[in-house]
Amino acid sequence: MNAQVQSKRAQLKQAKLAATEERLQGLALPEGGVWATEARQAALARLREMGLPGRRDEYWKFTRPDTLVQEEVPVAEVFAHDEAPVFDGIDRLKIVFVDGVFNAAESDPLDLAGVEIERLSDAAKADIHWAREVFGVLEARGQSPVERPLAAFNTGFAEDGVLIRVTGRAEKPVSLIYRHESESSDAILHHVVRLEKGTNLTLLENGPAAARLNKVLEVDIADGASFHHVRAQGRDHQRRAGTHIFARLGAESALKSFTLTVNGKLTRNECVVEFTGDDAMAHVAGACLGDGDFLHDDTVFITHDAVACESRQVFKKVLRNGATGVFQGKILVKPGAQKTDGYQKSQSLLLDEDSQFLAKPELEIYADDVACSHGSTSGAIDEEGLFYLRSRGIEEGPATDLMTLAFLAEAVDEIEDERLAEEITMRLEGWLARRRG
Amino acid sequence: MLEIKGLRVKLEEEDKEILKGVDLTVEPGRVHAIMGPNGSGKSTLSYVLSGREGYEVTDGSATLDGEDLLDLEPEERAALGLFLAFQYPVEIPGVGNMTFLRTAVNAQRKARGKEEMNATDFLKLIRAKAKDLKIDAEMLKRPVNVGFSGGEKKRNEILQMAMLEPKMCILDETDSGLDVDAMKLVADGVNALRDAGRGFLVITHYQRLLDHIKPDVVHIMSDGRIIKSGGPELAIEVEENGYADIKAEVTA
Ligand SMILES: Nc1ncnc2c1ncn2[C@@H]1O[C@H](COP(=O)(O)OP(=O)(O)OP(=O)(O)O)[C@@H](O)[C@H]1O
Ligand SMILES: [Mg+2]
Repeated sequence: MNAQVQSKRAQLKQAKLAATEERLQGLALPEGGVWATEARQAALARLREMGLPGRRDEYWKFTRPDTLVQEEVPVAEVFAHDEAPVFDGIDRLKIVFVDGVFNAAESDPLDLAGVEIERLSDAAKADIHWAREVFGVLEARGQSPVERPLAAFNTGFAEDGVLIRVTGRAEKPVSLIYRHESESSDAILHHVVRLEKGTNLTLLENGPAAARLNKVLEVDIADGASFHHVRAQGRDHQRRAGTHIFARLGAESALKSFTLTVNGKLTRNECVVEFTGDDAMAHVAGACLGDGDFLHDDTVFITHDAVACESRQVFKKVLRNGATGVFQGKILVKPGAQKTDGYQKSQSLLLDEDSQFLAKPELEIYADDVACSHGSTSGAIDEEGLFYLRSRGIEEGPATDLMTLAFLAEAVDEIEDERLAEEITMRLEGWLARRRG
Repeated sequence: MLEIKGLRVKLEEEDKEILKGVDLTVEPGRVHAIMGPNGSGKSTLSYVLSGREGYEVTDGSATLDGEDLLDLEPEERAALGLFLAFQYPVEIPGVGNMTFLRTAVNAQRKARGKEEMNATDFLKLIRAKAKDLKIDAEMLKRPVNVGFSGGEKKRNEILQMAMLEPKMCILDETDSGLDVDAMKLVADGVNALRDAGRGFLVITHYQRLLDHIKPDVVHIMSDGRIIKSGGPELAIEVEENGYADIKAEVTA
């Protein structure tokens, strides 16, 4: 019987690899200098070995990968609205991409004290570049023990993106703005951020980007450096996105990443964090609001391979009208990673019975002196609380919104900068108010 | 002001009748007290009046200044001027006490066609009222009732009442769990609101609160009915002899 299972598995793998080859047919790696070409070829080789994601893969059981993988891009209408974009009031260096292509005319000059910014397509022409130590490297490290083929595909084929090297204290945030203009655009973006020792950067991202987006962000955070990341994924209802963050943290460094997702037909956000130096901390959080034809998937993997690091995952989802939320989060504590403090919380607020939340929280611990906890819950609005608010004269709609915002607050609180947190809260309030009409 | 006639209420989910024909009228400017054994239906009455779900009114009526309460949403009842200080105030993690109160005050002002109160005026007002009740400014910033002690929760109820200035105030065991000084504070808070246009219905087990808030009428509720009404002396009788005598007297 075992042999049968084995051969069945082998057959499936073979079929998968064949399908992958078929998908890769006619695709050529972008032209570039030595360092980029080597990295791209290595990524392609990785991809060919593992194959593109399929429905039977352990971490694709809840979310169907086909529309992210297939050649044809499902159409996504451009969502027209006249609201000021998020982060509008924040002083920042703007870098604009339209349907996944850098737009120099709309971007600020790429000059910022203490920060070097280059376009990937320019940097890739060189034969040597600092980015070779990060580009595709963190992605490759993140392929084990769980494969992330979409990210390998990205490293291989991404032509655009930014390479950011931080050598000092950035005086303002770098802001990546993703505009979506064509209803069948297929964007592949790859960004690399390297924070040198003791440096500091806030990176903002916002916008729907394209009909379909495959994005990788690799962040290498050296000792004592700190990286803040806040993103708001665009409101376009039919857009699809598969994104990855790969972060490597040195000693006493810090990562804080928050993602807001409203709307979108399919969003898969993976976040892979590796602690390599002691006393570092990583907080990753997300708030999502979904209504109707909406699937949002957070897949997180935190590896503690150093002493006394703190990791915290806080993911909150508000779902209604049949929306689906997925959370797959893992904390892996390697042998010797003593004094690890790992925390994971994933919660959904289901505003009706048609919506669902699928969660797979995991802990794997090989050290004895650690404190790790995880909790996953799924529930409706607290009726007692709602009645209490209403009994004080607050109408049902606003009372429900207050309770909903309260539910999301723990995730939003992970944003350190108050003004950024306010920007995000305003988006949440706006979304809720619009649903009430 | 508040007029309850022949009110019968059962649980929605079960076939259990809890209020079995309650008659009660509170006139403006008056304080009525309700006492009665555990489980007699006092809280149920206060919940039904304020519009909590889970109950079914099978007979009778309840009006506030002639307006039928029972058909209204909880927020509409509040806008009419009904207020319930909960026996068990609800904790709402994530909603700041201040935000909550400001939203409530402005929602009611809006419902009554008044302009919203601006942030500065609101702050001034709430600080003053909180001070009277010895409520720490820190407590106003915390989430609603979360981590409040029993007594703090009760004082927070009275603060809400003071801010909302309702016409008809129902206090459900606001004295339970209060120390002697806190009880005095709460009573002072209630007394400060007493005026010719405002009615109170004070549910309590103890005569002590009624020493501070002098009731005009005391009712005894037992098994879903008001079985006896009288003056303040009735509360003293209960304190001394319990309910057995009164029940016996009524059934006799
Ligand atoms: N939702 C409910 N489900 C089941 N039973 C209920 C419910 N609400 C009230 N009851 C029952 O109705 C009766 C009256 O309860 P209520 O809380 O009104 O009493 P009370 O007079 O306020 O008592 P206490 O003095 O203990 O506060 C009790 O027997 C209680 O168990
Ligand atoms: Mg009670």
